Amino acid sequence: MTSQTMKSSRVRTATPPLRAKARRAPHLRRKSVTLTVLCSVMAAYTLLPLAWLAINATKTQQNLFTSFGLWFKGFGFFSNVGSTFSYENGIFGRWLLNTLLYVVVGAGGATMLATLAGYGLAKFDFVGKKAVFAVVIGAVAVPATALAVPTFLMFSKMGLTDTPWAIILPSLISPFGLYLMWTFSSEAVPAEIMESARMDGAGEFRTFFSVSLPLLAPGIVTVLLFNVVTTWNNYFLPLIMLKDQNWYPLTLGLSTWNDQAHTAGGDVVFNLVITGALITIIPLIAAFLLLQRYWQSGLSAGSVKG
Amino acid sequence: MASPPLDLARPGPRRPARRRRSLVGWRFVSPFMALFALVFLAPIGYSIYLSMYKTKLIGGTQFVGLQNYGDAIHDSQFWTSFARVALFLVVQVPIMLGLALLLALAIDSGRLYGAAFFRISVFLPYAVPAVVATLMWSFMYGTQFGLVRDIDKHLGVTLPDPLSPHLILASIGNIVTWEWVGYNMLILYSALRVVNPSLYEAAAIEGAGQFRIIWAIKLPALRPALVIATIFSIIGSFQLFNEPSILKHLAPNAITTYYTPNYYAYSLSFEGQQFNYSATIAIVMGVATMIVAYAVQLRGMRKAV
Amino acid sequence: MTITRRRGVLLGATALAVALAATACGSSSSSGGSGKTSSGSAQSATVSDADLQAALTAGGNLTVWAWEPTLKKVVADFQTKYPNVHINLVNAGTGNDEYKALQNAVQAGKGVPDVAHIEYYALPQFELTKSVANLDQFGAASLKGTFTTGPWNAVQADGGVYGLPMDSGPMALFYNQTVFNKYGITTPPATWDEYIADAKKIHTADPTAYITNDTGDAGFTTSMIWQAGGKPYSVSGTNVGVNFAGDAGTAKYATAWQQLIDGKDLAPVSSWSDAWYQGMASGKIASLVIGAWMPASLESGVKTGTGQWRVAPMPQWNAGDKVTSENGGSSLAVMKAGTNQKLAYAFLKYATVDEGAQTRVDNGAFPATVKQLQSPDFLNKTDPYFGDQKINQVLAQSAAEVAPGWSYLPFQVYANSVFNDTAGKAYIGSGSLADGLKAWQDASVKYAKDQGFTVK
Repeated sequence: MTSQTMKSSRVRTATPPLRAKARRAPHLRRKSVTLTVLCSVMAAYTLLPLAWLAINATKTQQNLFTSFGLWFKGFGFFSNVGSTFSYENGIFGRWLLNTLLYVVVGAGGATMLATLAGYGLAKFDFVGKKAVFAVVIGAVAVPATALAVPTFLMFSKMGLTDTPWAIILPSLISPFGLYLMWTFSSEAVPAEIMESARMDGAGEFRTFFSVSLPLLAPGIVTVLLFNVVTTWNNYFLPLIMLKDQNWYPLTLGLSTWNDQAHTAGGDVVFNLVITGALITIIPLIAAFLLLQRYWQSGLSAGSVKG
Repeated sequence: MASPPLDLARPGPRRPARRRRSLVGWRFVSPFMALFALVFLAPIGYSIYLSMYKTKLIGGTQFVGLQNYGDAIHDSQFWTSFARVALFLVVQVPIMLGLALLLALAIDSGRLYGAAFFRISVFLPYAVPAVVATLMWSFMYGTQFGLVRDIDKHLGVTLPDPLSPHLILASIGNIVTWEWVGYNMLILYSALRVVNPSLYEAAAIEGAGQFRIIWAIKLPALRPALVIATIFSIIGSFQLFNEPSILKHLAPNAITTYYTPNYYAYSLSFEGQQFNYSATIAIVMGVATMIVAYAVQLRGMRKAV
Repeated sequence: MTITRRRGVLLGATALAVALAATACGSSSSSGGSGKTSSGSAQSATVSDADLQAALTAGGNLTVWAWEPTLKKVVADFQTKYPNVHINLVNAGTGNDEYKALQNAVQAGKGVPDVAHIEYYALPQFELTKSVANLDQFGAASLKGTFTTGPWNAVQADGGVYGLPMDSGPMALFYNQTVFNKYGITTPPATWDEYIADAKKIHTADPTAYITNDTGDAGFTTSMIWQAGGKPYSVSGTNVGVNFAGDAGTAKYATAWQQLIDGKDLAPVSSWSDAWYQGMASGKIASLVIGAWMPASLESGVKTGTGQWRVAPMPQWNAGDKVTSENGGSSLAVMKAGTNQKLAYAFLKYATVDEGAQTRVDNGAFPATVKQLQSPDFLNKTDPYFGDQKINQVLAQSAAEVAPGWSYLPFQVYANSVFNDTAGKAYIGSGSLADGLKAWQDASVKYAKDQGFTVK
């Protein structure tokens, strides 16, 4: 089909989407103010809570309770950041490192596994292939709570609870990543290239690493980013698996600080919760902004096959 | 791409290609499947096992077969929670996907000033963890000391309390929409980006207007992506947990321990130590979700020809 | 060191006698314990104080799960005193969160701490599942006179001692005097009738102000019924009774409180939420009827209230009565699945009886020990947050007036978790509080039967 070959060639040469736009009929580029205004309303909706977060991270604990939510009162941002990192012997920094660990190993590993498996599903025919995919997608429909307690009981018999493995192992499975890499591989790596590599005598893994992988790059970055977000924001799994605060990721740690204020005798530290929340989301936002090119083209190619 | 050097030691391509592939394919897939068996299949199996037993505080554990499933069918709390997520699904998913669709079309139309800005700003909420998102919105919703009260004061009105029992589901719907509209918009937008430009050229030649183009070209191109987005949204709705659980302490009477099926299963396990019944509820919900998702996929794909 | 040795000799000699006496006393008045009427006899102490000393010198590792902030200093001091002992103090969640984790760990048989911070209402649940160790074997029974009646009874079950009281929460009225004066309330209400009248006074004068907040809190409700003389829970071993519908104390409370619910005189704000702190800071929530541990939370969470708040005795049902109840308060328990019970008990004793008790009181905890409660330093201490009032005199008085005879259910943690599903409905306009309590009763009974208890 025309669209398929055109897209494949686009992907192979990694043409940024901008060129595609240039092919559109020029008269369609007339801008609409109305449309822009409407979209601005939407953008305001999505950005408002984030603005709230940023503004309130500059307030001290007391000012938080006595000021209008969407405007400033005093400026305590740097002292808040300092307190966030020093409170309770600097455990926030530890939480940050934990999150990085889970993300690098968990999301990184998940992307590798999903890429390998997606490629395998897309490019090879083997017994049980359809069953594999059906089972994986079917498993996504099972609620996390069905898995939570049995996984917890299983892991504790294996001595894994309260260790980083309890978080990392489940994070390594990304059904959505598998799906994405499956569709992406079938589009981005033409059978001809693989055939010619085979005829040159290369083994399948050799082909994969030297030929296919570079073609899969945008898809890999997409899957990686999405896995990073999922792992970074993981809350429920660490909640049941971890008891030792030293292994908490940021989400769980923030929730603990928040809960602390909600119990008799606990320290009230809302300003640290808010500042901590802001610090938690900044790396992800930065990652998305910087890697826009890649994940947008990755999603494009992956979304065609239904 | 330089072709790899010839490896004379390896037997040439005289073996039938199909047989080699059937082994190799598994080698790519097996790391994933091995781990999948450990972290998904094993717990599901254990869950099914648990659902057929019953452990009491007094009396220990006994095999009860399908009794837990029978209890679930007669459990009004379970049905209340099921009805609630079904309602949520039917209202929130179309609204969210509708918004996502409109945004995707708007950004793709090329008629926006600063389309890139809108693309990224609408997507940002996806990067925010549910804990933080709910915290932010729970502030907005505060009628005593939150944004709602500030608006009331300044405009002299009395807005209804978003956390009151009859509005709270809608308020949760709002949070979920806020979190996911950008993500869905992006899936749809990406599908639009790969539409063959020659189709647009042909339409321009015929003098077709914007709406005609949308109807005839863009929407059909979006169908597969819409189906996928719908399926994931349905699964997400049935599994609704994070937002009610975080809001519970603010609206303890409106959000019951059986507010959504997932939350019910969680409460059963962690408040009542009723692991077996919890596993039963989770499995019933899992099966229901799979059936609905599969039905949507069948229906969506049939029209895709 | 010397004091312990002396005490050790004394206690060693009278341990058996005291233990037997404790059984007799324990079974007649139960304040927060469970199963008093069972025939379980007190274990005699098999581990002497000398043994404990030896364990401390030998040292080892202990894991302590607790969210109580004053314990940090106690742990530090303890490790300085006994350098061979290393303690890992873990905040495994506050209240219910920690109990969930504890139950999970016990079930999995792994990751159970040596010592756990358990509130009085939750201790029976762990006693029932035999997850906490009977401390009689370490001579705990001899500590009877060390603690006040309420907390001491709360850690008893089946004639054994299952925890050492860490703090207590006799109730009192904490009010913002400036706000009360603003609405013309010059003396704090001494009876509930006066309280209700004051509530209406405040709310009528300013529809955004309230005398207190309430969105349905199981702990508060049970404490109020306790003070009103109600005894809805009866527990003996695995035989339980839940009766709110036919209980006089419950009816008295429900009828009175219904007036406040109907009149919307209670701030629709949940305790321990941001809005709650804000309400107190801005004077929109004028007072709290709550446990004696509240000053620490007020001082850290409502800094703008410095100098404005005061403490008064809990309002009474009949003028001139002197009856109060406990709200909250917690103990430290030794987990059976822990590794070093002797050492764990030694730590418990340090933290709740010996130097640790004083450290914690100095840092704001409200004591459960007679010695601290009666010490002149404690009673005469003035608190600038409360306008230099000697608040401990009011609070200690309340501790002495706690009504006897209260029991919690052996699954109170679960029961409390469904309070808002049932009784909470009254707060959102769906039925009366009495109806809600009946629904709570039904849910509790259903769970009891489902879990194998026999229900009276």
